[in-house]
Amino acid sequence: MESILAYGFMVRALVAGIFIAGACAILGVFLLLRRDAMIGHGLAHVTFGGIALGLMLHILPLAVALTVAILCALGILALKEKAGIYGDTAIGIFSSIGMAIGIILATLAGNLNVDLLGYLFGNILAIEVIEVWISVILAGVIIIAVALFYQELFYLTFDPESARASGIHAKCLDRLLAVLTAVTIVLGMKIVGVLLVSALIVIPSAAGLQLAANFRHAIITSSIVATGSVIAGLIMAFYWDLPASGVIVILSFLCFLLLFSLRLMRKPI
Amino acid sequence: MDSPVNREEPLVTVEGVSFNFRTNRVLVEVSLSIMRGDFLAIIGPNGSGKTTLIKIILGLLSPLRGEVRLLGQRTGTFTLWEKVGYVPQKATQVDPFFPASAREVVATGLLSGKGFPRLTSRRDEHVIDRALDQVDMLALKHRRIGELSGGQQQRVFIARAIVNNPEILFLDEPTTGVDAETQERFYDMLDSLNRNNGITIALITHDVGVVTKHVNKVACLNQRLVFHGSHEEFCNSEAIREMMPGEYHLVCHRH
Repeated sequence: MESILAYGFMVRALVAGIFIAGACAILGVFLLLRRDAMIGHGLAHVTFGGIALGLMLHILPLAVALTVAILCALGILALKEKAGIYGDTAIGIFSSIGMAIGIILATLAGNLNVDLLGYLFGNILAIEVIEVWISVILAGVIIIAVALFYQELFYLTFDPESARASGIHAKCLDRLLAVLTAVTIVLGMKIVGVLLVSALIVIPSAAGLQLAANFRHAIITSSIVATGSVIAGLIMAFYWDLPASGVIVILSFLCFLLLFSLRLMRKPI
Repeated sequence: MDSPVNREEPLVTVEGVSFNFRTNRVLVEVSLSIMRGDFLAIIGPNGSGKTTLIKIILGLLSPLRGEVRLLGQRTGTFTLWEKVGYVPQKATQVDPFFPASAREVVATGLLSGKGFPRLTSRRDEHVIDRALDQVDMLALKHRRIGELSGGQQQRVFIARAIVNNPEILFLDEPTTGVDAETQERFYDMLDSLNRNNGITIALITHDVGVVTKHVNKVACLNQRLVFHGSHEEFCNSEAIREMMPGEYHLVCHRH
């Protein structure tokens, strides 16, 4: 461990990874229980289009991806609420369009392919100092926002109708959650890439839900699984020369498998 | 609550409310009042607009025409949420794997009375315990809601609805899927909340037999308001036979 911390890139990866994974896990619990797990997958595809646009226009790709992801998250919500389109259909529409635009842009500007591959598969070991700061600040904002609105988000997730009937501004909170999800996806993309970022939201959260006796317990377990997978994944990637993104996702899946098995042993379903 | 209840004070006033769902008429010119201290049953066949009416009163739906006042305020600009409790339809059909303890569910009932940020204090813990105790669920407060029986879940939702000590409680078919014995205990509990705590109750139900035993007012809906009056008037009326064809043997109990 000491030798790992002697490398600046590993310290940067660990700091950014822990914050981002924590944010992904916390938000993931709400998304899974709201049956919105696939919004991560959809927004990741949209983000691909944003990255391609940013690279093509020579504007900070993460900033363009963030803007596009937030707009699309709000667009998906608007389609669900106002156009009477099912959530998964809205996600499917936006994700396909985002990916299609990304492919067209990448083909038109042929020299983007190498850069885009980095975003597709993620490369947290190459994270820059400024990106660490951005990740820590944004992940901090996500965690603080969820902490401030924890009770309302829990109520809306558990029983949306009663929550609305108690004066909670459901529409505002739905938009807040959509924006936070978009930010989380863009941040998570840096760790595991566009293709696996939804795993960072879904798998640790699914693991946390297996044995949780209450909501707080689910959030804490998910966060431990997510951050633990990132730490262990980075260590394994460092020593065994493996791709960090793949190892992190596999490790979180093994945690899920363990907790799922424990649940089956504890009580038959 | 030992202070006398002013039964002349309307907590809910519905005036000429109509509502359409797409091209279907759901409510037509419905007007009624719910007075303080009432234990009102809203009955009617499926699709008669009972749930829609409650949702309009609570501001969850906007009427096509008409006006609703809840605790003296228009529902569009309503602010006194902490004085209203609500147990929605299918409340007890919760996801068995949802990681929420009974305590956490009841705690959400306190949100309407809080400013931002809505954090739980030590005093809140006491209030939550008291509400759970009132419905005999204190011992199971750390149990996951999905692990509780239908009757126990129902008690937890009632605890959530009364944790703010509301002035009026709305319940939408709360006994669906619950056995007869549990139903009876449940209605006894509502009786106690109405009589001892002074909580006004508006209850949607299909259970006419229970209605005649526990409530003091009845409203019959079938898109229009077919009947609205006292329990005694209801027992002597033909409203029930008009609305629900078939043989009914009503046993009306004195209140």
